[in-house]
Amino acid sequence: MIALAPPPHAPPSDAVALAPVLRRRRSAVLPGFWPSAAVTSLVVTTMVILPLTVLVFRAAALGPAGFVAAAWTARARAAYGVSLSAAVIAAVASSFLGLVVAWVLARIEFPGRRLLDALVDVPLALPTAVAGLVYSALYVKNGWLGQWLVPVGIHGAYSFLGIVLVLVFVSLPFAVRVVQPVIESLDRDTEEAARILGATRWQTFFRVVLPALAPAVVTGFALSLARALGEYGSVVFISGNMPFRTEIAPVLIVARLEEFAYAEATAIAVVLLALSVTLLVVINVLQQRLAASGH
Amino acid sequence: MSRPASPITATTRSGNVALVAAAWGIVGVLVVVPLASVFLEAFSGGFGAWWATLAHDADTRHAIWLSLTVAPVAVAFNTVFGIAAAWLVARFRFPGRSLLVALFDLPFSVSPVVAGLALVLIFGRQGLLGPTLAALGWKVIFSWPGLVLATTFVTLPLVVREVLPVMESIGPEEEMAAVSLGANGWQVFTRVTLPNIRWALLHGVVLANARALGEFGAVSVVSGHIAGVTDTMPLRVEKLFQEYRQPASMAVASVLAGLALVTLVAKYVIERRVEAEARERQAARAADGTAAEGAGQR
Repeated sequence: MIALAPPPHAPPSDAVALAPVLRRRRSAVLPGFWPSAAVTSLVVTTMVILPLTVLVFRAAALGPAGFVAAAWTARARAAYGVSLSAAVIAAVASSFLGLVVAWVLARIEFPGRRLLDALVDVPLALPTAVAGLVYSALYVKNGWLGQWLVPVGIHGAYSFLGIVLVLVFVSLPFAVRVVQPVIESLDRDTEEAARILGATRWQTFFRVVLPALAPAVVTGFALSLARALGEYGSVVFISGNMPFRTEIAPVLIVARLEEFAYAEATAIAVVLLALSVTLLVVINVLQQRLAASGH
Repeated sequence: MSRPASPITATTRSGNVALVAAAWGIVGVLVVVPLASVFLEAFSGGFGAWWATLAHDADTRHAIWLSLTVAPVAVAFNTVFGIAAAWLVARFRFPGRSLLVALFDLPFSVSPVVAGLALVLIFGRQGLLGPTLAALGWKVIFSWPGLVLATTFVTLPLVVREVLPVMESIGPEEEMAAVSLGANGWQVFTRVTLPNIRWALLHGVVLANARALGEFGAVSVVSGHIAGVTDTMPLRVEKLFQEYRQPASMAVASVLAGLALVTLVAKYVIERRVEAEARERQAARAADGTAAEGAGQR
């Protein structure tokens, strides 16, 4: 049992007298500020701030000319291009496919709905290396899907398309899970009103439903893009990693590290980091808007 | 779902069937077929062959063992951090609070490869602390501590993200009541806070563990790929794949996929508990509210 004797540092023990004080500065009486602040700041400083600061300082030490020379080689530019274009295409595809899946999960009752809902989470739990390995095995010439697709000229393995495929896989849950609760919370009366006033089904969807979903879809797109830009594990298995053609930026960083070309690896990493941080800021703003709009 | 579909907005039956078929098609091609093929390919030679490829390869055995020792340590770090950080942010107001919350999420946005490189720049031979560590005879990069650090970094947001919203929604009233009755900090934590957040905490731990077991990019950079020493399960999958040992690679992958399925089942069970408790809290609060209103009217 909790001891009833007031501790030595106790504030006025009269609960009635305490109440207004609590309401004004409700945290002042709870213990554990300093210990939790110490643990949190220690971990955040050593695990997040220090490594990323060291990275940026190492890159800065190259000097402007040195940095550009290291980060802007022809091969690096090609890698940014592959990374960005594959991530954007994958995020667009994920947003669209995710919208369909989210709509079905939120609006339609059908046998197996719970199973479908659970399967959407698989990419979050399945190690990316497994995803990459399996996708490449499926889409090669004698793979399950490749035996039908390769003869018609669709190369899903060791190609740009392969990169997009695995990026759609890893980013799909983000696209679905951001949109799904918003569809569930949509007010159907508005849709009803639109239909009563003579709008067709498609007009209702594009003029009434889609504008309401737009913030969530855009947030899902940004989250998918952030996830896709940094992805390494699955891509390295399926892309073939051909410089200038299917080499993404993270793969180039690893290649440079293996050659002990630390300066170049660091410079490319800082470019990638800047992209991710920018996206993170955008996502935060989008999510605040989403929260402000009532979801 | 909470109300019957109105006849006006209800889509046609055939429209619904087409949409459900499309959703199954999307999830089927992207998720179900790959998942099924891992197990079918891994067990294509029968259970005996599968077992032999795993158990008779010393490097694979070591990789499984290494993954099972690195992940819990990283998850333990994250649990302590997650609880402390959630307590700090949910219960206190201080300058820089929202910046701190944004920093929690940063590891999600940073490419794992970039994270691994940053660790190499600190702890590697030519890194910031490289000479110091060499003088002490400690090895971080290409060694077990580096694997733990890299894994901790990529899983850092997972526990705090699950615990923080629950702690915020519960509110500090029960804890303040305990303090005013004379409980000390440890008593408040073990008897009030922990029972309240336990399911959310477990949810975070399960997610962090799954991510830790499967982490590839960051671990790949710091491990040095030494077979039988610093190869974790996902790295072993890659190495076997590069050595054109597809069946062995698939066998290790099937172990990881099996662990992922276990994780999803656990996640599903825990989520239902979290939802049930949230509903109970809301009901209790609503009951309190009506009682207070009633008292006010009287």
